[in-house]
Amino acid sequence: MIEATGTGVDFIASLAPREDFPILTRAIHGKPLVFLDSAASAQKPVQILDAMDAFARTSYANVHRGVYTLSEEATARMEQARKQVARFINARSAREIIFTRNTSEAINLVAYSWGNANLRAGDVILSTEMEHHSNIVPWQLLAQRVGARVEYIPITDGGELDLDAYTRLLETTKPKLVALAQMSNVLGTLPPVEQIIAQAHEIGALVLLDGAQSVPHLPVDVRALDCDFLAFSGHKMLGPSGIGVLWGRRELLEEMPPFLGGGEMIREVHLTGSTWADLPHKFEAGTPAIIETVGLGAAVEYLSALGMERVHAHERALVAYAMERLSAIPDLTIYGPPAERRGGAVSFTLGEIHPHDLATLLDGDGIAVRAGLHCAQPLHERLGLTATTRASFYVYTTSAEIDALAGALERARAVFAL
Amino acid sequence: MAMDDLYRQYILDHYREPRNHGHLKQPDVAAADINPLCGDRVEIDLKVSDGRVTEVGFTGRGCAISQASASMLTEKIEGATLEELRALTPDDVLEMLGIEIGPARQRCALLALRVLHEGIDGPYTGRLDDDN
Repeated sequence: MIEATGTGVDFIASLAPREDFPILTRAIHGKPLVFLDSAASAQKPVQILDAMDAFARTSYANVHRGVYTLSEEATARMEQARKQVARFINARSAREIIFTRNTSEAINLVAYSWGNANLRAGDVILSTEMEHHSNIVPWQLLAQRVGARVEYIPITDGGELDLDAYTRLLETTKPKLVALAQMSNVLGTLPPVEQIIAQAHEIGALVLLDGAQSVPHLPVDVRALDCDFLAFSGHKMLGPSGIGVLWGRRELLEEMPPFLGGGEMIREVHLTGSTWADLPHKFEAGTPAIIETVGLGAAVEYLSALGMERVHAHERALVAYAMERLSAIPDLTIYGPPAERRGGAVSFTLGEIHPHDLATLLDGDGIAVRAGLHCAQPLHERLGLTATTRASFYVYTTSAEIDALAGALERARAVFAL
Repeated sequence: MAMDDLYRQYILDHYREPRNHGHLKQPDVAAADINPLCGDRVEIDLKVSDGRVTEVGFTGRGCAISQASASMLTEKIEGATLEELRALTPDDVLEMLGIEIGPARQRCALLALRVLHEGIDGPYTGRLDDDN
């Protein structure tokens, strides 16, 4: 079944124990589930489900309020998760970890709080042509509010940032902020962010990294990167949905006004006015996602135990295998950079088969892939595509699942008589 | 579900060789809409005389389900009265397609009906409930 290939790889086993993921034993339409949509959301290991369940059963109460034992325990668990996340991305302090609902909310927090306070009419925010909508639309809304404008770093036909154009745009537009993804959610592209950040800082621009696809899949060290903001989501890194993170440089966060007002984020409230709580609570109005935060802490521990270097290496091996396997299929076109410059995602088209038809056919074989625009319409327009099909990998993916995908794609060609 | 349950030969046939394909000159009714989820697009033109459809044309792009549905619908409505068009329901269209369509693909299957109703009675007013 598994043939030797040019990558010299016969079989790539799951990095994490498959039995940690109960959902992977499911059958879909009578076939074993082959889950290739982890870039949209990852499956959950029992360790994380159990951590949330045990916490809810034994230690749950609202946080930062009660003086009774349970509330103290719950608060301690939540703040422990904050420390775990801080260590995971090598933040200087857990106070730099702001819990949000997800990446989108984290980026919106920066756009409203930092953006409203610091941008003026005529200022420029520099994004890129290959961003997820959540790293485009908040800047467009900010631009409308303050009269600023959004410019975009163009990409090459190969799906990589045009770095010469970036250098020129820095000079000509003098952006106040550069906002880009550390890994493209469609093409898997890993742009040279260290260089991009250094260049931005030379002209005094801040840099926000969208880490939704990078933090779950490769080692991310905010101090080594020297970025200014990093946003990511718990649900893409084996954790629950409803919990995300904004990391920001402490000096910046201290200066920024609150985003949402309410409980938790105040120091004193008077009818004539209020003062704000210290970091991180200034940005965490209202009761947070307490159980989910504990789940995120458990996710970070699970991934740390696997080792993020090994996670990245596993996905690099899978993506190299997938690109070789899929590119051998007639009529199949893969978009984006070569395997050595991408993370674990491959977007493609198969002849004239519409990606939604293809995804439905693959589902019939138990294979879950994403089809459509992947929340990146400008990127698809730039590449002249109406939609693509995306297969994405994670710690539980094996090369046998990529073989299953390749086989199902051959059957889809037959159904559509390609 | 076997792979070819949804993609029966007649569905693929309508997809590859759509009937009544193209715009009409000076149509009495012209409407277009998209499925924002996937970018499927359908445009329908009608010639209407004495309250009856005398000619139909459609263009579009998208998945096999949306385009086959539009093609089959144009065949179904030739000669029908506007009242008959108004009375068409999502269930009628799903029955016409003759395949089991899961919830995620219903919008594809029903896009052409939506465009048709918008063409007759103006922009979508909620008659086709999204959960139908």
